[in-house]
Amino acid sequence: MPKEFLQRVIGCIAKAQRIPTETMKAESTFEQLGIDSLDGINILFALESEFDIEIPDNAAQQVKTVGDMANGVFALVEQKQRVQA
Amino acid sequence: MRRVAVTGLGVISAIGGDTRQFLDSLQAGRSGIRPLQAVDSALLRFKNGAEVAGFDPLASFDPKQTDLLDRFAQFAAVAAREAVRDSGLEWTAAAKERTAVVTGCCVGGQATEDAAFVDLYRHNKPRVNPMSIPRIMANAGASFVSMDMGFTGPVFTVSTACASANHAIGQAFLMVRSGMVDAALTGGSEAIFSYGFLKAWEAMRVVSPDTCRPFSRDRQGLILGEGGAMLVLEEMDEARARGARIYAELAGFGMSADAHHITQPTWEGPAAAMRAALESASLAPADVGYINAHGTGTLANDATETKAIRAVFGESADRLVVSSTKSMHGHALGAAGAIEAAACALSLHHGFVPPTANYTAPDPACDLDVAPNEARQLRVGAALSNAFAFGGLNAVLAFRAVR
Repeated sequence: MPKEFLQRVIGCIAKAQRIPTETMKAESTFEQLGIDSLDGINILFALESEFDIEIPDNAAQQVKTVGDMANGVFALVEQKQRVQA
Repeated sequence: MRRVAVTGLGVISAIGGDTRQFLDSLQAGRSGIRPLQAVDSALLRFKNGAEVAGFDPLASFDPKQTDLLDRFAQFAAVAAREAVRDSGLEWTAAAKERTAVVTGCCVGGQATEDAAFVDLYRHNKPRVNPMSIPRIMANAGASFVSMDMGFTGPVFTVSTACASANHAIGQAFLMVRSGMVDAALTGGSEAIFSYGFLKAWEAMRVVSPDTCRPFSRDRQGLILGEGGAMLVLEEMDEARARGARIYAELAGFGMSADAHHITQPTWEGPAAAMRAALESASLAPADVGYINAHGTGTLANDATETKAIRAVFGESADRLVVSSTKSMHGHALGAAGAIEAAACALSLHHGFVPPTANYTAPDPACDLDVAPNEARQLRVGAALSNAFAFGGLNAVLAFRAVR
């Protein structure tokens, strides 16, 4: 995953959470960031809208860190591009 | 203080269009969760719901009336008419002035709203149906029922999300008990199957992709339902004097708020509401044999509710049966408490406990006797019916058997 992609995901989470991007690193856990389940669905909504993807519930439940989230979103975007190609 | 009898029941739900069919389904443990009919599920992440099948409005209303009534208000009226008929009570002109109608409803006529806005935004129509406003208002059911029956006492609607009907029934109970009115028609109704509203639930990520398995280890969320249920409440001595069939005594009502989080439940709030209901009914924990759980089938609710029940009932928790009938009639939001109050009254009257359907495997976090998959012949002395809403609003009804 390119570094710019991680930054785009971080920007998206920061905007949804109304927190500064600097508070987040790839290894930050959602727990450390004080993100609860309701915040979580808001972030999923923001990411789905930003990247025009569908994030399944069961996959979303496994994600614990910002980096995991970015990797998952990157995989979904790649998958979508393969389907469209 | 006066006592309050439940003397009439009316139910329309995914597991039966009247009380008789509803009772049969509860006893058989039959689930009404089926593939969605009202909307195209191809565009949804979940495919199943608990819809009222084969409902024909024109069998109950003339066309002029259906123009004015959204499906949720129709459910309120159908259940109300059955409950009034079932009670056998003859209302004099004076009695009609001393009868209340209190209904619960979460979202009102949102299918009407959805259709009106599709006309505006998608079809670019310049106007909407002029009956939209009276159809959408959440009190449309209560208002129609009062007109239909000629009841001119206090009439209003309570909206507290998934606890709406319990809060409504609780208000009616308090009014009959205090002597403010002599009788009440109370319950709730909801009709939620429109595309826009289902998409909103999808975004909450709490709806199960298959079915509703309350208290099961592999539960994946709730299943949405619709319907309506109404109870006729009467002052106990009056009911006895006229020889009424009494399903149960509505003996107590407790409320609390979590003051915590808009969607995450606590165990303390529900526990406080259950304690308040027991106190209001002068019941000890050991008197209760059955709890109709809120039991939505979400990971959070069922574990939290188990903890709350253990906190209130202590050792007695292992001697009572807890089941979630939402496994059969789905989660009908503002109508849920009314459908479940009817289930409790029928359970006490007929001496059985309805099961938790679709149950597969025990969850250590939900270690109560949940009557998996099969109804149980059991005469209990008292039952609670739990409802806990988004927003942390809790309402619990307490029923006592009358024999």
